[in-house]
This record gives sequence, C-alpha cells and structure tokens, in this order.
Amino acid sequence: MTPSERPVLLVTGSRKGIGRYLAEHYLKKGYFVEGCSRGDGDIGDPSYHHHHVDVADEKAVRGMVADITKRHGRIDVVLNNAAIASMNHVLLTPAKSANRMLEVNVTGTMLVCRDAAKVMMRRRYGRIVNFTTIVAPIALAGEAVYAASKSAVVTFTRILAFELGQWGITCNSFGATPIMTDMIRGVPQDKIDAVVNGLAIKRLGTPEDCANVCDFFIHPASDNITGQVIYLGGVT
Amino acid sequence: MIARTDAYDIVLKSLTEVFAQIGTPAPDKVGEDTVLVGNDAVLDSLGVVQLIVEVEQRLEETHGVSLTLANDKAMSQRNSPFRTVGVFAEHVVATALEAAS
Ligand SMILES: NC(=O)c1ccc[n+]([C@@H]2O[C@H](COP(=O)([O-])OP(=O)(O)OC[C@H]3O[C@@H](n4cnc5c(N)ncnc54)[C@H](OP(=O)(O)O)[C@@H]3O)[C@@H](O)[C@H]2O)c1
Repeated sequence: MTPSERPVLLVTGSRKGIGRYLAEHYLKKGYFVEGCSRGDGDIGDPSYHHHHVDVADEKAVRGMVADITKRHGRIDVVLNNAAIASMNHVLLTPAKSANRMLEVNVTGTMLVCRDAAKVMMRRRYGRIVNFTTIVAPIALAGEAVYAASKSAVVTFTRILAFELGQWGITCNSFGATPIMTDMIRGVPQDKIDAVVNGLAIKRLGTPEDCANVCDFFIHPASDNITGQVIYLGGVT
Repeated sequence: MIARTDAYDIVLKSLTEVFAQIGTPAPDKVGEDTVLVGNDAVLDSLGVVQLIVEVEQRLEETHGVSLTLANDKAMSQRNSPFRTVGVFAEHVVATALEAAS
C-alpha cells in the first residue's frame, strides 16, 4: 500500500485496555492509527500518533481532528472506545460523577463523531463504531448511570446512521461482555461471575472479540450495515 | 484574523462545491444577497449543513484555523448567521476574531 492508499483509523482511549489492543491490532493490519487519551500514550510504532485529548473537550477534539486531517487528508474509521465508569448504587451516586460519565461517554462520543464525520463526508466514505456495553440491555444493578450513558450511545448511533448515511458513512454500536481491564477491576468477582453465568456463551470477553466485531463493521464491504448494535455473548 | 473578502470568497467557492456535490445546477447569479436559509433559499436544510462543513474545512486548509461555525451563540441567534452569503461571510470573520481573542 502506498501512503496515500493506507487508511486512517482513529481510536479514542488508546492508552490502555481495549483501546490500546485495538490500536495495535490495526497497526498490524497496516492502518495509520491515531489514538487519544487524557494520559500519555506509549505505543512506539511510527504509524501511530498519540493525541493528548479529553474527548469531552470540544476544542481539543476539534484540534485533534484538524491535526489528523492536516497530516493525512482523511479519516476512514473512528472507534469511539474512550469511556469512564463509576459503579455505584444510584442512592450513592453524586451528581458530579453522573455528569462526568454523561459528558465523556455521550458528549465525548458525539463530538468525535461530529468532527470526524465532517472530514469523512468529503470523501463520501466512513466507518464509525461506538462502544456500548451489555450492562445496558441486561439492566445490571449498580451500574445505572453508566448503563444509561451507554444506552444513549446506542440511540445516538442509530440516529447518526440516518443522518450520515447519504455520505457513505456507516455508524454502528458494539457492546462487550465483561473484559478484565482496569475499568472493571473494582467490581467484585462474584458479581462478574453472575453476569458471565447469565450469558449464552459463559466466558469473559476478550479484546480479540472486540477486534473481531470492529473488523466486520469497518470492512469496506459492510457498506450496507449501519444503525446496528452487536452484543457479545448472546445478549440482545 | 480573516479578511472579509477572503471569507466571502470561501463561502462562494464552498457553495459552488456543494451544488456540484448534490448535483443541482447553481443559480445563474450568486452573490452577497443569495439566500441560503428560509424562504427563497437556494439550498435545502441539508445543503446548508453541507455548506457549513465545507466552509469549515476550507478555512482549515487555506487559513489553518479550526472554527466551529455552528456554535452555541450562532445557533441561538434570532436571525440565522447563515441566512445569506454576505451574512455568512460576516459570521466567519466574527467567529475567527472571537476564537483568536
Ligand atoms: N472492560 C469491560 O468489561 C467492558 C465491557 C463492556 C464495554 N466496555 C467498553 O469498552 C471501552 C473500553 O473500556 P476498557 O475496559 O478498555 O476501559 P479502561 O481500561 O478503563 O480504558 C479506558 C481508556 O479510555 C481512556 N479515557 C478515559 N476517559 C477519557 C477521556 N475523557 N478522553 C479520552 N480518553 C479517555 C483511558 O485513558 P486515560 O485515562 O489516559 O484518559 C483509557 O485509555 C469503553 O467504552 C467501555 O465502556 C468495557
């Protein structure tokens, strides 16, 4: 592939966890990968560029997308993976914590979609995957606000699909089952076991599972797959 | 800072590009008073969305400035800052000025 043919993929929250795995996965596949997080990234690949960006910061997101466009002239794929979770009983959830989850998970996702889509629409091609979770459809006690924010992501994505479809941009959501990252390290083991036991496929999720679904959604042949949500483990 | 003439030029060029993209012929005469929003508009509402994005992208390419033209202030004004080519150009100048301050 010549540099001008190499697709450009932006994955948010690429410092660690699933986002980091996906960044490395798509580097191996030959993409230029642009990543972001609030902390510093340490992926050393020359085809990787890290942006020190909080996705909830409108100006910073705009600057990041402008910088990518300046260097590459295109954005082919966006994986909106960055999110925060604060697992708490609703009676013990401060407004500040709830607002921050909504700001990062919903507004942050919206901002990255908005600015990236402006670049995608000029080439009439784009693939957007927004990250949700199975805890929304299974209505897991203890994660009400986090789950609500991820339900919002699904609805947002379904409508986005209709708003951007005419420009060849597909928008889908992906909901993982529990995966052992820092995000769920504080969740008691018996609670994780109970969730896994309720699945059709009774095992933890893996970053490879996430890459598999993203591969499908972002494939050029998936141009008629949009507004969908795929959950792992049999959850619908 | 963006000069009024540059802003006007970018809005006009973007308008031509949007007409090309949506595949409808541009009206014979386009200029300062060409109406973009509301009654007698030359574009439908989706065309206006496309035009705003096109102007933002061109400003970035030609002037290296990243502006969000549909900002809170713009969207809450009683009179749309996108209503004519001329008014749109004014809005570009004002938004750039505000962003620089
Ligand atoms: N792990 C699971 O069990 C699970 C299950 C279902 C769905 N998911 C979803 O999968 C995605 C990834 O989760 P994960 O488990 O990999 O989480 P994680 O290990 O906590 O990693 C989150 C990543 O997002 C970044 N991030 C957080 N807030 C950010 C912000 N405001 N702006 C930019 N980057 C930000 C973090 O970096 P910084 O801290 O440096 O910003 C980090 O790189 C999330 O959308 C999550 O909801 C996870």
